[in-house]
Amino acid sequence: MNPKKNGARRTWRLRLYVAGQTPKSITALANLKRLCDSHLAGRYSIEVIDLLSQPDLARRDDIVVIPTLVRQLPPPIRKIIGDLSNMERVLVGLDVLPRDEEA
Amino acid sequence: MTATVRLRKAESTKRAGNGSGPTRRPLAKAPTGIPGLDEITNGGLPRGRPTLVCGGAGCGKTLLAMEFLVRGALDYDEPGVFMSFEETPDDLVENAQSLGFDLQRLAARRRLLLDYVQLERDKLTESGEYDLEGLFIRLDHAIEAIGAKRVVLDTIELLFSGLPNKFVVRAELVRLFRWLKTKRVTAIVTGEREGEHLTRHGLEEFVSDCVILLDQRVMKQSATRRLRILKYRGSAHGGNEMPFLIDDHGLSVLPITSLGLAHEASTAHLSTGVTGLDAMFGKKGFFRGNSVLVSGTAGTGKSSVASHFAEAACRRGERCLYFAFEESPDQIIRNMRSIGIDLEPWTRRDLLRVHAQRPTALGLEAHLVAMHRLIDDWKPRVVVVDPVTNMTAVGTETEVKAMLARLIDFMKLRQITALFTSLTEGGKAAERTDLGVSSLMDIWMLLGNVESNGERNRTIQIVKARGMAHSNQVREFVMTDRGVLLVDISRRADGSVAIGSARGAQQQAPLVGGKPSVRRRTK
Repeated sequence: MNPKKNGARRTWRLRLYVAGQTPKSITALANLKRLCDSHLAGRYSIEVIDLLSQPDLARRDDIVVIPTLVRQLPPPIRKIIGDLSNMERVLVGLDVLPRDEEA
Repeated sequence: MTATVRLRKAESTKRAGNGSGPTRRPLAKAPTGIPGLDEITNGGLPRGRPTLVCGGAGCGKTLLAMEFLVRGALDYDEPGVFMSFEETPDDLVENAQSLGFDLQRLAARRRLLLDYVQLERDKLTESGEYDLEGLFIRLDHAIEAIGAKRVVLDTIELLFSGLPNKFVVRAELVRLFRWLKTKRVTAIVTGEREGEHLTRHGLEEFVSDCVILLDQRVMKQSATRRLRILKYRGSAHGGNEMPFLIDDHGLSVLPITSLGLAHEASTAHLSTGVTGLDAMFGKKGFFRGNSVLVSGTAGTGKSSVASHFAEAACRRGERCLYFAFEESPDQIIRNMRSIGIDLEPWTRRDLLRVHAQRPTALGLEAHLVAMHRLIDDWKPRVVVVDPVTNMTAVGTETEVKAMLARLIDFMKLRQITALFTSLTEGGKAAERTDLGVSSLMDIWMLLGNVESNGERNRTIQIVKARGMAHSNQVREFVMTDRGVLLVDISRRADGSVAIGSARGAQQQAPLVGGKPSVRRRTK
C-alpha cells in the first residue's frame, strides 16, 4: 500500500443527516460505521445531524431526503441517499472503492 | 381535439362533486388578491387546502403562485413560504420585479421566505430505503419561522426527476398533501402540463379540492393567455375560459361571463359636442351611459365626431379616456387642431388621456383586460374607442363582438358613456357594419359621402337611437376651422334635400319645410 500515491491518507469527513431515531436512521448509521471501519479505518470522522433538533440545517445544507450521507471531504461534495444497505453503491458513491482497494 | 376531451372529463368530475350533498357547509376561502380571480372563485382558493395550478411551460404558473403569496403578505396579513424546485431565488426575485413586487423587501420583513431546493440527480447516489422527511422538516421549519399561512411548491413534480425512486416520491407526496392540510396552510402546488395529462406525474390525483388550468395560445399571431377553473370542490365556479394578462401590475383575470343587463338606465343627457347634432336627438344629445357607434367609410369624419364628443366631456369637467388604435396621441391632437378642435389643453389638465396602441401589439383578450384596467384605474366618465374595427386584426368577428359586449356591459354598469368608431369597408352595404356590432349599441350614427354634381359631400344620419326621439333625416355636415358643423336643411321645391353647392343655390330660393322632422321611438 502506497499512501502517497493514491492519496489514501487524506481524512474523510462524513456527515449523516437523520430525523430522530427511526429504523432507517439507525440502520444507516450502523451501515456507515461498518463500512468506514473496514475501508477507511482511522481516516474518517462521522458527524450525525438530527434535523429534528436542528431543523434549520435542512435548508442550509439543502437536504430533503432522509437519511442523506454527505461526503464533506475530500472534495467534491457527494450525496448518498438511503439507509446505506447497498454497500457496493455506497463505496462507489463515496468514491472509496477504486483507489483504496487497488492500492 | 384533445383539449375538448379533457375538458369534458373535467366537467363530469365537477358535476359529480357538486351533486354529492346539499348539506355542504360553505367553504372558507383565502383571497388571492388577483383582480378577477377572486371574482370567478367566489372569494379565492380553498382556505387551508392545496390548490393545483397547472399548464404548459411559460403559461404563468409561477407568477400566479408568487402573486398569491405577495398579495397575501401585503394585503391579507398572511405570510408565505415559496419553495422553489426550479428557479433560483435570484431568478424569482428578478421575475417578481417585472410584476412590481419586491421580494427581497418582503423577505427582509419576514413576510416571505424563499427556499430553493436543488435536486441534482447526477450528483446523487441511491443506496437503500429513504423517505422525504427532510422536506417535511424543512418546510415545517420555514412555515413556523415566519408564521406562514400560505405555501407555494413550484413545481414539486421535479422531485420525480430528481430522485430515482418514483414510488417513494409518490407515497411521500400523498403524505405531504395530507400534512399540509393539518398545517392549515393555503397552498398552491404547480404542475407542468404534458400532452394528454394535466401534470406530468398525475399531481391532480393528490390535490383534489381545486384545480386551475392556465393556457397560452397564439391566435392570429398574438399570444392569448387563458385561465380555467377545472375543479373546485364544494364551491360554485364558472367553468369558462377566462382571458388573463400578466404585466407590470401582476395578473388580471377577466371574467368572460357577461355582467348582465342589470345596469340602471340614466335619463340624464349628454351633448354630442357637434354643433347641430344634439338637435337631431331631440335637442339633448345622448343619454349618459349610452354606447354609441359612429360608422362610415374611410375619411368620412368619424374621428372628428369622436373628438368633438371627447372635447365636450372635458369642457364639462369630465374625464375622457380615448383609446386610439390607429394614430399616436400627437397625431390625433395635430389632426384635430387642423379642424379647430384643440385637445391639448385637456390632456395638460389631465381630463383627457389618449391611450394609443397598435391592435396587433396584444391579443384581443389582452386588449380587453388592459382597457378594463385603465378604465377601472382612472375612472373616466366618457370613453372613446377609435376605431373598434381594428380589433378584427387580432380576433375573429364573433370574438370581437363578444369582447365588445363585455366591454359595453362593463362600462354601462359604471354609467360610462362610450363612443366607438367603426370603419366600413368600401363596397359593402353602408348599413351593414363590419362586425355586426350595431345590435350592441344604443345609438348608431352613419357617416357617408354623397357624390353628385361633381362633388363629394359629407352626410350624417341616425340609424337608431334607443329610447329617444331622433331625426330621420340625412343631414349634410361640413368640416370648418371650428370643427364639424351640421348645415341647415335646404329643400328643393319637390321636397328633396339639396346638399353641397346645390344647397347654396337652393338657399337663395325660399326654404320649403326647413325644420327637421322628429320621429318618436319607444323601443
